[in-house]
Amino acid sequence: MSAAFTSASAAAWIRRAAELISADADRLTRLDAAIGDGDHGLNLDRGFTAAVAALPDDDTPPGGVLIAAGRAIISKTGGASGPLYGTALRRAGKALGDTGEASAEQLGKALTAAVAGIRELGGAQPGDKTMLDALTPAAEAFTASASTGIPEAAKAAVAAAVQGAEATVPLVARKGRASYLGERSAGHLDPGAASSVLLIRALADATTRTEA
Amino acid sequence: MVGIVIISHSRPLAEGAAELAREMGVGKAVVEAAGGGPDGGLGTSPDLVEQAVATADDGDGVLLLADIGSSVLAARLLVEDYEGRAVLADAPLVEGAVAAASAAAAGVDLDGVRAAAESARDLHKR
Repeated sequence: MSAAFTSASAAAWIRRAAELISADADRLTRLDAAIGDGDHGLNLDRGFTAAVAALPDDDTPPGGVLIAAGRAIISKTGGASGPLYGTALRRAGKALGDTGEASAEQLGKALTAAVAGIRELGGAQPGDKTMLDALTPAAEAFTASASTGIPEAAKAAVAAAVQGAEATVPLVARKGRASYLGERSAGHLDPGAASSVLLIRALADATTRTEA
Repeated sequence: MVGIVIISHSRPLAEGAAELAREMGVGKAVVEAAGGGPDGGLGTSPDLVEQAVATADDGDGVLLLADIGSSVLAARLLVEDYEGRAVLADAPLVEGAVAAASAAAAGVDLDGVRAAAESARDLHKR
């Protein structure tokens, strides 16, 4: 059986992301306090809570669900992660179009579009110690494993995101608030990469559950 | 007349820069402030930015000035959604706003107002 990515999967992804962010909000804020302005967990918690509240009804295709969530995140987050994650979800939603049941390949393309949206809006590249260091390898791993089905591809994406996030520790930040610290930003896990791991983990959790 | 919107993490900073720019635009320039986050504290509210742009836009376009981080990202997003009628100045906030308001009050078009704001980057102080 090939489980597709449906409207219910999209909504489950956003709900699970909100849960994981809420549970880890203090850790994200602590990571951000070390090299940023110390509001990442708080901001994302507010943004994803708003996204859950904005989830449309079940008749909306999965792309529309992600677009609605992205819009709420842009509107309510308050920090730079809002426009970035919001744009990512809107781009992913647009890439899915009107399809009611996306395949693993289509979802891989949507994740790739999401990462491109973040790169274009923020102007960062992999290696700059940002969320892209987790999300870029995650989207690549998902796409490379798409033939194994959505849950397996999502698990591969989680592994790649975790590895990518951990690799930000020795990096010197070149974008965002942490870049003002120069060399002193090295030795810390990037908070954006840390929250990106949660979003990818939420996708894996949600698609594994809706498949069952 | 080209409208001007000032986007800052801080509401008092956005309002203060707007006040100064209005003064330099001899009271004619339309300068709207979009300061602070969705909860009223420090941050950026894309909703406030959208409202300020709608207020500042009389059909001749709107120039955006943004301070840092999420304010810049919110401005870039709005420019994308506004399709040509709003542009973001690559300029320092206060100096750019003052230059833009002066140009806007003189009836300069959107490209010219942006150029005026961006010329403020070359105003050296020592």
